[in-house]
Amino acid sequence: MSDIAIRLDGLGKQYRIGGQQEGYRTIREAMTNAFVSPFRRARGLLRGQPYGVAELDETIWALRQVSFQIKRGEVVGIIGRNGAGKTTLLKILSRITEPTEGQAEIYGRVGSLLEVGTGFHPELTGRENIYLNGAILGMRKSEIDYKFDEIVTFAEIEKFLDTPVKHYSSGMYVRLAFSVAAHLEPEILLVDEVLAVGDWGFQKKCLGKMQDVVHEGRTVLFVSHNMSAIRSLCKRAILLEQGTRTFDGETLTAIAAYRSSMESDRTSRDSLQFKPVDSKAQIMAIRLLTKPQEHESFDYTKPISFEITSEMRSEISSIYLGITIYNEYEDRLIFWRDFELMPELLEPRIPGLYVYEVTIPGHTLPPGYYRIDVALVELAGLTLLHWPQEFLTFEVSDYDSVRILRGLPWKSLSATPLGLNIQIIPKGCRQSIS
Amino acid sequence: MPFDVPVIVVKPSRGWVSLKLNELWHYRELLYFLTWRDIKVRYKQTVLGAAWAIIQPFFTMLVFSLFFGRLAKIPSDGIPYPIFAYAALVPWAFFSNGLSQSSNSLVDNANMLKKVYFPRLVVPLSSVISGVVDFILAFTVLLGMMLFYGIYPTINVIWLPFLLLLTLTTSLGVGLWLSAMNVQFRDVRYTVPFLTQFWLFATPIAYPSSLLSDPWRTLYGINPMVGVVEGFRWALLGRDTAPGPIILVSSLVALALLVGGAFFFRRLERSFADVV
Repeated sequence: MSDIAIRLDGLGKQYRIGGQQEGYRTIREAMTNAFVSPFRRARGLLRGQPYGVAELDETIWALRQVSFQIKRGEVVGIIGRNGAGKTTLLKILSRITEPTEGQAEIYGRVGSLLEVGTGFHPELTGRENIYLNGAILGMRKSEIDYKFDEIVTFAEIEKFLDTPVKHYSSGMYVRLAFSVAAHLEPEILLVDEVLAVGDWGFQKKCLGKMQDVVHEGRTVLFVSHNMSAIRSLCKRAILLEQGTRTFDGETLTAIAAYRSSMESDRTSRDSLQFKPVDSKAQIMAIRLLTKPQEHESFDYTKPISFEITSEMRSEISSIYLGITIYNEYEDRLIFWRDFELMPELLEPRIPGLYVYEVTIPGHTLPPGYYRIDVALVELAGLTLLHWPQEFLTFEVSDYDSVRILRGLPWKSLSATPLGLNIQIIPKGCRQSIS
Repeated sequence: MPFDVPVIVVKPSRGWVSLKLNELWHYRELLYFLTWRDIKVRYKQTVLGAAWAIIQPFFTMLVFSLFFGRLAKIPSDGIPYPIFAYAALVPWAFFSNGLSQSSNSLVDNANMLKKVYFPRLVVPLSSVISGVVDFILAFTVLLGMMLFYGIYPTINVIWLPFLLLLTLTTSLGVGLWLSAMNVQFRDVRYTVPFLTQFWLFATPIAYPSSLLSDPWRTLYGINPMVGVVEGFRWALLGRDTAPGPIILVSSLVALALLVGGAFFFRRLERSFADVV
């Protein structure tokens, strides 16, 4: 018996992705295909192939040739950008999905947290959901009975224990969900980004709970984008890039490797040139004009300017350039058509280059990551003339607001300050004024 | 280190795989909680609540009595037509609800399949079992009707648990096939209502199976619900129709459906989380 908890040997997972469907050339062909394909699919199905394999053979490897070992009691962070295969790895280890090749051996009882609150039912009360969710996570009823009070106290929902969770605020819901999950006590714990829930105060509490888990000497595999959490919890980290393990070792070095891989990406993102397309108008380039502050990020109080160059190849009437700014959660925060900002642009546009200088005023975007999406659209029929689908990305930070100095979280999608004027009438003066 | 540390080997599987019934047993508490959830949630936010469990078979019985019993004068083996139909509709409702619930169960619980590991068989199983509560409710009405008509059960009533098990087996057996297919082909969702409708008329609910003469009547048991329905009438209403051979045929078919369904389900299971 060795002291190995998890051993991976050449693990790989292939996903089939639906490619472009071929166009039907004749009606007869289309009908034949419509008639034959269900049978072909059914045949594929019986062979254990997922839906649609017969026609579409495009595949991607979400994970490829990943091998490593984790010792008992080790806490290992898995980092990498979105789509690097982190979640796929956890899903395979927790047996939710099967690998395509290779194998993994796991020594001990596994508990996995890919999400908090799985199986919560809105119609059931908090109490009922604790039992249901606990059972889904693999806890025994006796175990839940034993930890019940602890779970309720941790979640701070004592008063609402017998209220259906559909009446809970989202904060309460998440607290309860995390609390059940946090009391799972397997020998090996697989955690995917579940700390990113709830308000800031609760997140700190969750992190504390994770630290307890770590100190109890359990084996933990921990996926997160939160580098400070990774740093404080893990001594060792594994960097995944495009499904393969590119670094495995000391956490700080791994984080540095991760940052530099992101950076090489980011520098190419503050200026983009687009390939010529066959269209009567196209966007040629977009670049940031404002230079970021330290750490390659912008101060949220300062304006940010960027430049868009587009070309009209013939005289075009009723066309617009659309500018959209998304945050990292894909919320569409800002959208303007150019003629809305400058009504002269409603006139027919003469051929030539149009160089736009666009400014996002200071105090607009709260700290976070953003991308700028631009497109040229013909108003008639809203035809897309050119949409590069490549985005300028940038980060906004809060360096020295009272908020950040006090350690308080940002909670809004907009950083526009409110006007404020206060008149203070000390106690006892009211009567003399009226 | 202790030697009883469980070792899990994760690797690609091929072809037919074992049912892992021991693991299913290990997860019995999850089965209990999911069943309990389905029962609790089923009639939430309805005005009539659990009365639905009775309304469904009862009103079908009224309609059948009117059209088939009164107007079409279909024979009912010498038993008052309403109770003749209702005694069949009670297990039928259990079967058809269980079938449609379990067929959709995997898709309805897609999020759980994608986020947590547990034996997937638990999902359709719990949705069939949760129908037992509805069955009991509808059954009490049947007892009331028996009192009303002055019909008393014979000793054969001890076979009732077995007949209920046969209904459950049939419902689950078909449900396993359909739920696994539903993950890939949502067509199943639209097929199930048709299927149950056709099946209703292919089962001697509105009419007696004694319309057929013998080799055919026994063969009719290939539809497992024939055995169930005939068995219920025999055990409760005291009809001496000797349904033994039918029930035997039905039980064998139901068992084959269940075992085949379970293996089919397990075979498709590996792609559930990826395609659901």
